[in-house]
Amino acid sequence: MDIKPILAALRKHKIPAALIVLEIALACAVLCNAVFMIGQRIAKIHLPNAIDQAGLVDINVQGTDPKLAHADIPRDIAALREIPGVTGVAAVNMVPLGNSSWNSNFALGPGALFQKNSPNVATYYLSSGGPEALGMRLIEGRLFNSDEYADSSLGDSYIPSGHSVIVTESLAERMWPDKNALGQRIWLGDSNSYTVVGVVANVLRPNQNGGGLSQFYWAAFFPVSPSAALGDYMVRTAPQDRERVMRAAVAKLGALSPNAVVKGRTFSDIRDKYFADTRSMVWMLVLVCVVMLAVTAFGIVGLTSFWVGQRRRQIGIRRAVGATRSHIMQYFQTENFLLSSAGVAVGMILAFGINLYLMQHYQLDRMPWYYLPASAIALWLLGQLAVLGPALRAANVPPVVATRGV
Amino acid sequence: MFGYYLDLAVRSFRRNRVLTALMVLALGLGIGASITTLTVLKLLSGDPLPQKSARLFTPELDPLPAQGYVPGESKPPWGNMLSYTDAMNLLRARKAERQAVLALTQAKIAPLRVGEHPFYSDGVTTTADFFAMFDAPFQYGSGWSEQDGEDRARVVVIADFLNDKLFGGRNSVGQTIRINDHDYRIVGVLKPWAPQPRFYAVNLGGRSYGNGDAVFLPLQSARADRMDPQNVNCWSTGFDINHLETAPCAIVSLWVELANASDATAYKTYLSNYVQQQISLGRFHRPNTWLPDLTGFLAQQQVVPDDARLQTNLAFGFLLICVVNTVGLLLAKCLRRSREIGVRRALGATRGAVFAQFMVESGMVGIAGGVLGLIFAELGLWAVRHQPAQYASLAHLDVSMFVATFVIALIASLIAGLLPAWRACVVAPAPQLKSV
Repeated sequence: MDIKPILAALRKHKIPAALIVLEIALACAVLCNAVFMIGQRIAKIHLPNAIDQAGLVDINVQGTDPKLAHADIPRDIAALREIPGVTGVAAVNMVPLGNSSWNSNFALGPGALFQKNSPNVATYYLSSGGPEALGMRLIEGRLFNSDEYADSSLGDSYIPSGHSVIVTESLAERMWPDKNALGQRIWLGDSNSYTVVGVVANVLRPNQNGGGLSQFYWAAFFPVSPSAALGDYMVRTAPQDRERVMRAAVAKLGALSPNAVVKGRTFSDIRDKYFADTRSMVWMLVLVCVVMLAVTAFGIVGLTSFWVGQRRRQIGIRRAVGATRSHIMQYFQTENFLLSSAGVAVGMILAFGINLYLMQHYQLDRMPWYYLPASAIALWLLGQLAVLGPALRAANVPPVVATRGV
Repeated sequence: MFGYYLDLAVRSFRRNRVLTALMVLALGLGIGASITTLTVLKLLSGDPLPQKSARLFTPELDPLPAQGYVPGESKPPWGNMLSYTDAMNLLRARKAERQAVLALTQAKIAPLRVGEHPFYSDGVTTTADFFAMFDAPFQYGSGWSEQDGEDRARVVVIADFLNDKLFGGRNSVGQTIRINDHDYRIVGVLKPWAPQPRFYAVNLGGRSYGNGDAVFLPLQSARADRMDPQNVNCWSTGFDINHLETAPCAIVSLWVELANASDATAYKTYLSNYVQQQISLGRFHRPNTWLPDLTGFLAQQQVVPDDARLQTNLAFGFLLICVVNTVGLLLAKCLRRSREIGVRRALGATRGAVFAQFMVESGMVGIAGGVLGLIFAELGLWAVRHQPAQYASLAHLDVSMFVATFVIALIASLIAGLLPAWRACVVAPAPQLKSV
């Protein structure tokens, strides 16, 4: 199809044409960035977490006498194991995505805390059977043996006295990018060091702790004997038994420690709660995108309808001198395609600029290039869809209009 | 004349109902989204104590070892948290008009009736000046004295909602409640008090928005009864967690009230002198001190969530699209009426009159869009209130945002109307009349 006459006609309607281009450009720019943000948030909500997420229940016990912890914890664990369907129990100091966190800065050698290049790491303290209860996945090395649990106490500074540690693969990669992590040592201050005995698949921290997404997996696991620092029990069961086991566990521990506040949550609930804000942001972004596209489409419909109305007579003349209906349809569709193309061209530049601005002012990554053509295609389609109605109306203009009212 | 233009506008709306409805709807959506996000942003970035935020300051020190110190760059990662020793030294020096040290804690409150379970409530452990310095209003009784703190007296101030829950709202001063297995005597009951953001909790391990705290206890008494702070940051190992008062750990924050700017300079000098003295004692190694005021502190801590600011940017981007859309539709509408304009011009209407007529028309679209926007904003805020965010329950439209809705709507529609009105008033009458 010859586009010269279309361009000539557009030149006569510079302002409406420019408005359509502007509207599509803005929509394209906002769409690119919004979809990018949606994608990032969905990726965050679905971050993998190498524990048994479906079968875990957390029982939190607060308000017991810290001096009795060494006796209370074995008693509670024994009681929890008696519940039918329970396949693993351990006491821990914190729960992945549970928001309350213990962190330390570990270095490759002895020295002061908070040295440069000592990453902030979440420190999970596990009682005997911890890795099994959580369902951690060993990649290399081994899990802790019973001596390591028994010989490591937290003491009065809440620093494990043992010398073994299991790290996540992300932390191993961060600490020893070009070495095998097994057998390496990490240091806490100048007198506490721990040897890596195992590397496990990535487990999430209790919270992001101000760091980027890459630091979300920097976690280390320490074996400890019962201590007041361990306030949560991880109870593992079959996914379909979770609710029943949780109720039974809360009742049992509540009866054992009448003075304490005992609360149970399934791990799925913990995870849902942690990402609830992110999820609602996703919905809000989706809503804005949909409404924005609808507004843009209606804008195109409105302006093109007006155009068609204005050109009824010209359309009639073209039809009278031999143009078919599909010629008229194609005319408006091509016109819209040209305007959309100009719009997305400007829009992609604008989108890139907005992304740069957002990167400077917010914790946002660079937008991958494919978001640009993807939203360009979306707006092309939207434009064609919006122009369909007015174009059909134009195609239905009878040739006889040409002879009327001249 | 204005009445006549209104009449013309209504007629024109009647003629193009669908187009008019589309314009009003688009504008309403844009305005609704903007007002919703603006209301939330205003709530989040508000001044918690507007009457005295300029006079409240929070000192920051750097107790880290000399190793790794970069002058002008290094700053401890825990913001305004201080060790107990330093905070109490500064408190007891009384260099400010008022000063309070505080930490957050989870307070286990025993039920008053048999058969009920104990529950945890948000608690603040602090010193005597807290209530007067932060303008916390009392319903019954009062705070405690400095001497009560030094004596580790078991006294407590409770919030209105806890008083309602435990005592049915009666004057409970003099009653006893059991907190973390110790008996505390109630000396005061607060009126509803929940500054937003909950500035005094920032960095201390609590949430930054939402409900107020339930109990307020003397810091020294709470320490004696082992109510541990919610956030503990230690910069050295080998201490005893049972004696956090002397441990190399930042566990509390200090707020001071100063009369004016020159007092702030004097206090800053005092802080520097204090740190120099500690350096000579070998306790400190880095000379830096900071003294941000309340608003500066909130900005530095980036209390407002990024998402709230992103949402507002997005909503205004959306409003811009809606305005461009309205420009297009208004233009289409008014170009369609070229003949009517030609007739009016031929009958003696000036260009200014035609311009005014079309501006009145777009203003009316704006007001209609504002009304619709208000409905959308109420809907949006209702949706926000059902979100899981901390601040959800606080999202309500206030008078200023109500006014802002119509101001934004009018400005948006008048800007949108400029181009079409200009195009309308430059229509040449003669060719339009010829073709009639």
